[in-house]
Amino acid sequence: MRRGFAGVGVARDDVEDVVQDVLLAIHLKRHTWDPAMPLGPWVLAIARNKMIDDLRRRGRRHEVAIDLTQFDIEGEDQQASIDAHDVARVLSRLSDRNRDIVRSISIDGHSAREVADRLGLTEVAVRVALHRSLKALADTYQEKVE
Amino acid sequence: MKTDDLIKALAADAKSVEPPIARTLAIAVGAGALLSLIGFMLTIGPRPDFFELLSTSVRYTFKLIVMLSLAIPAFFLVRGLSRPDFKPDGSLWWLAFAPALLLLGIGLELASVPSDTWHARMIGHNSFYCMTIIPILSLAPFIAVLYALKSGATTYPTIAGAVGGVLSAGIGATLYASHCPDDSPLFVALWYPVGFVLMTVLGALIGSRFLRW
Repeated sequence: MRRGFAGVGVARDDVEDVVQDVLLAIHLKRHTWDPAMPLGPWVLAIARNKMIDDLRRRGRRHEVAIDLTQFDIEGEDQQASIDAHDVARVLSRLSDRNRDIVRSISIDGHSAREVADRLGLTEVAVRVALHRSLKALADTYQEKVE
Repeated sequence: MKTDDLIKALAADAKSVEPPIARTLAIAVGAGALLSLIGFMLTIGPRPDFFELLSTSVRYTFKLIVMLSLAIPAFFLVRGLSRPDFKPDGSLWWLAFAPALLLLGIGLELASVPSDTWHARMIGHNSFYCMTIIPILSLAPFIAVLYALKSGATTYPTIAGAVGGVLSAGIGATLYASHCPDDSPLFVALWYPVGFVLMTVLGALIGSRFLRW
């Protein structure tokens, strides 16, 4: 998918946005996969749908990816700045507590149990908050399309 | 957020999977239809001699069959459309079965009744109720099916919404048909499509926005 996007000249950090959008969609929509059907076409259909959404949005904004050199650079610094940028943009939509939960589990790698103990919540509450936050993240990507 | 971090969050959320979409849809459509049925029974209800008519009146039974032959394929289409890997293509032709059947009924009707009664049979006595009650009876299944589709992942939001509209109108029309005293296929062909077109257009309009994900 990353290669497919590079082919149509989309900047690297934008591609990563779509990759994350696809991963979120695969996760949140996995109940729409019928186990009697092959998995491949289902995954491709989701990826294709998200890529089209993204390209359509790009077309609407008349945005052109300019910096082709980005594709050759794999520097740590560049990656870090892209990540920092994304963290701020995507997580800023969540409530303080939910952002804390998502950060602790994803970036710091804590378990739901540990986060629950630290915040004085039940493990179930943390799991629910995490799930809601993931849905909210998916909506954030969707809003960018509209 | 780094993609690897996101994957960690997704893995932590592995347990929270929704029920299979086919089941959600079946329950939603069933509940919506049941709600309409209850509303229907409490208000206008079917004709009092419903069971007798089923065995004695060909026209009455025929119109019920036509309505069901539209609602049933619409349900299976909606079920398919709720999955991202489903391509509607040729299977949309199943929706043409009911109109074709109705056309056949019209042919038989025209051949069997004198031509000076055609007009009266076509206009009937209840066209206004027919046009208003079908959408009203479609409302509960319509909302239910759109919400169920929303939890799915259609890659054809407009078509999915439209077929959802056909399905809900099919349910509403089946109920209304059991009440309506106008049994001629001529009446059915003239007035019933109004409700269907309304719900289908509504479904397409709402679906094209509401069913994106």
